[in-house]
Amino acid sequence: MTPAISVSGLVKTFGRTRALDGLDLTVTTGEVHGFLGPNGAGKSTTIRVLLGLLRADSGTAQLLGGDPWGQAAELHRRLAYVPGDVTLWPTLSGGEVIDLLGRLRGGLDVKRKTALLERFELDPAKKGRTYSKGNRQKVALVAALASDVELLILDEPTSGLDPLMEAVFRECITEEKGNGRTVLLSSHILSEVEALCDRVSIIRNGRTVETGTLNELRHLTRTSINAELATAPTGLAQLPGVHDLSTRDTTVKFEVDTSELDAVLKHLSAAGIRSLTSQPPTLEELFLRHYEDDLR
Amino acid sequence: MSTLTGTFSLVRLALRLDRVRLPIWVLVTVVTALSTASAFKQLYPDEASRQRVAASIGSNPALLAIYGPIYDTSLGAVTMWRLGIIGALLAGLMSMLTINRHTRQDEEAGRLELIGATVVGRHAPMAAALVVTIGANIVLALLTGLGLAGQGLPVGSSLAAGFAFAGLGVVLAAVTAVAAQLSENARTVNAIAGTVFGVAFVLRLVGDASGADGPGWLTWLSPVGWIEKTRAYAGDRWWVIGMMAVTAIVLFVVAYALVGRRDLGAGLVPPRPGPADAGASLNGVFGLAWRLQRWSLAGWAFGFAVMGYAMGSVASGVLDLFKDDPQMTKMMQQLGGVSTLIDAFMSAIMGIVALVVSVYAVQATLRMRAEETNFRAEPLLATNTGRIRWAASHLVYPLVGSAVMLTLAGLGAGIAYGIEIDDVGGQVGSVLGNALVQLPATLVVAAIALALFGLAPRFVILSWAALTVFVLLGQLGPILQAPQWLMDVSPFTHVPKLTQQVSAGPLIWLSVVAVVLGVVGLVGLRRRDIG
Repeated sequence: MTPAISVSGLVKTFGRTRALDGLDLTVTTGEVHGFLGPNGAGKSTTIRVLLGLLRADSGTAQLLGGDPWGQAAELHRRLAYVPGDVTLWPTLSGGEVIDLLGRLRGGLDVKRKTALLERFELDPAKKGRTYSKGNRQKVALVAALASDVELLILDEPTSGLDPLMEAVFRECITEEKGNGRTVLLSSHILSEVEALCDRVSIIRNGRTVETGTLNELRHLTRTSINAELATAPTGLAQLPGVHDLSTRDTTVKFEVDTSELDAVLKHLSAAGIRSLTSQPPTLEELFLRHYEDDLR
Repeated sequence: MSTLTGTFSLVRLALRLDRVRLPIWVLVTVVTALSTASAFKQLYPDEASRQRVAASIGSNPALLAIYGPIYDTSLGAVTMWRLGIIGALLAGLMSMLTINRHTRQDEEAGRLELIGATVVGRHAPMAAALVVTIGANIVLALLTGLGLAGQGLPVGSSLAAGFAFAGLGVVLAAVTAVAAQLSENARTVNAIAGTVFGVAFVLRLVGDASGADGPGWLTWLSPVGWIEKTRAYAGDRWWVIGMMAVTAIVLFVVAYALVGRRDLGAGLVPPRPGPADAGASLNGVFGLAWRLQRWSLAGWAFGFAVMGYAMGSVASGVLDLFKDDPQMTKMMQQLGGVSTLIDAFMSAIMGIVALVVSVYAVQATLRMRAEETNFRAEPLLATNTGRIRWAASHLVYPLVGSAVMLTLAGLGAGIAYGIEIDDVGGQVGSVLGNALVQLPATLVVAAIALALFGLAPRFVILSWAALTVFVLLGQLGPILQAPQWLMDVSPFTHVPKLTQQVSAGPLIWLSVVAVVLGVVGLVGLRRRDIG
């Protein structure tokens, strides 16, 4: 089966800025794919290339088996998009915008629209200019979720939503996945990504730096270990994959590359383990590791 | 802390943001004034020639309507007579747009919120906008005045002329400041202030053209009329300029009071809730464009019907008065048409109408760019909507809208003139023809905007520059005796006068140019990045 989205070696420059620098991204049909990266990493640019709004300088992009630039309008019939920063027409009501976008996609399910308006507690009779940021976001979300499409492209869709609404959003996405839809979810909210996504891609400076399932990615990060041993440990610092080691008498604290965990634990048990706590890596740590490179 | 704290910093910010725009407005005004004065010095070098001009203008409602009365036969007075309209337009638009940009437009975009949260008083943004606009008008007044004096005109009167324009600018600034409190929407603010401006023009026009027995006092009701009532070079009534200042101050006080009575971001007219569902008419991009453009279309269309009617009703006096005066005939020919005088008059009037219709056409075309930069085009283009279809939904308005407006102006003028001379059936057709013949040139202007939008979207503002050049060529070209190649740059130069042996050639050529530019723009739009 062809993947819903397949991008390789994508390059896009704006003047002297290289927004995308050989980006790769594959989203399999039926999965929820997390798309992560610091501000300015190129997430929105990638999405706008996929929507045929921008023309890539080089590289290939395939969307639902078609060419996102050349066949934009036809492909758009099969997808719905929620922009990160929703601006509405000031004189149109939210309900009008939802219906309009639905009709432009070729029809929307009125029953589902009504249900979604209720779940998101959105008043559709207000004029566009009177909505708060969160409510504008809801207008775009309801419009997208009420459409009968194969692919949802969501660019930081929960920015501005309160925690209750975010929970509603998670429910909705889980349902969409159950209905066999594919979702590309660009997000900064890691708990959201952890809860929803089957696979994630992390990008930085216009390149993909990691991609895989959350479990695979966890292997790439470190587990923190705190152990009390029977005898003072020796040679621990020389083991591959051990970082930030601190020793006080027979107590050791360190971080270990998850791939080396087995070897290190064997070494510890040779010294006799009295107590041991280990903290599994969070996505946050993984994420920070990539973000921090930017800060340096 | 006073409500004006921070005004000085905001003034500096506004000056930084407008450092190109404002000098251009001022410069164009000054250059226009100077070139008119120096051209008239050559055209009417002696008192006798100017007396002839003044005599014929005084008895001619058509010229009185367009340019107002001549108060004296000095070179200065004749220059001021000719400058009135364009000076008013430049100073007025500069002030209106500047105030709106720094008040409601900033507020609507949320920039004012960012500023309002810093150490800035409630009234500071408005005060800063006023300081900048009044300052620009004073500079405009001084440079225009000194420039005219440099042409050998009396210094005091030259300054009165400069300050008459500036006075109108400041009054318009005050009107806009009040309008900016009424609506939340910067576009509506421009519409309100623009309507006041338009009504002022029409009042002056009807007042001046009404003759001895008519409602000449109407001119006094119009801020635009106050420019001529200042009588620069013919008595220098500084108290009229004082009157403008007082009017502006009263309006400023109203605007200030209104700022204190409303919330940030809100207007005084509260928004009503809309329908919860889209009606059947909002069925796609064409329905959407109709929703977005309909009020603007209706407002402009109404304005042109009224304008046409007003022009038509003052036209009746033209025939008799023109016949005996070869000098005037020649002058009128320079302004527009040939041979049959009423046709010449209608042709001249419709030439001006077409320029104003072009303003609508450019604005309606550039609505697409506004939709794009506000990220409102993006969600539409992410649906099953091609770029060309989206563009077409907006292009209906410059295309059909311009035709509708020229038709309404032509019908209005034809019917009004027909009623005057008891020949509605005979006149409507020919006047309408005079109006519609302008359509291809108007569409060329819209097509320039479309081509820029497709090829160089960052530079769409150049379409206004192009239109300004066409206006100046039309207004000043004949006076300055500009070379033909330069006049040929403007599409309006090529509009045939219906009184001549009409050949369809120029109309076809203009249409071809419009189509080619339009296609270039659409192809560009298909190929470029959005956003």
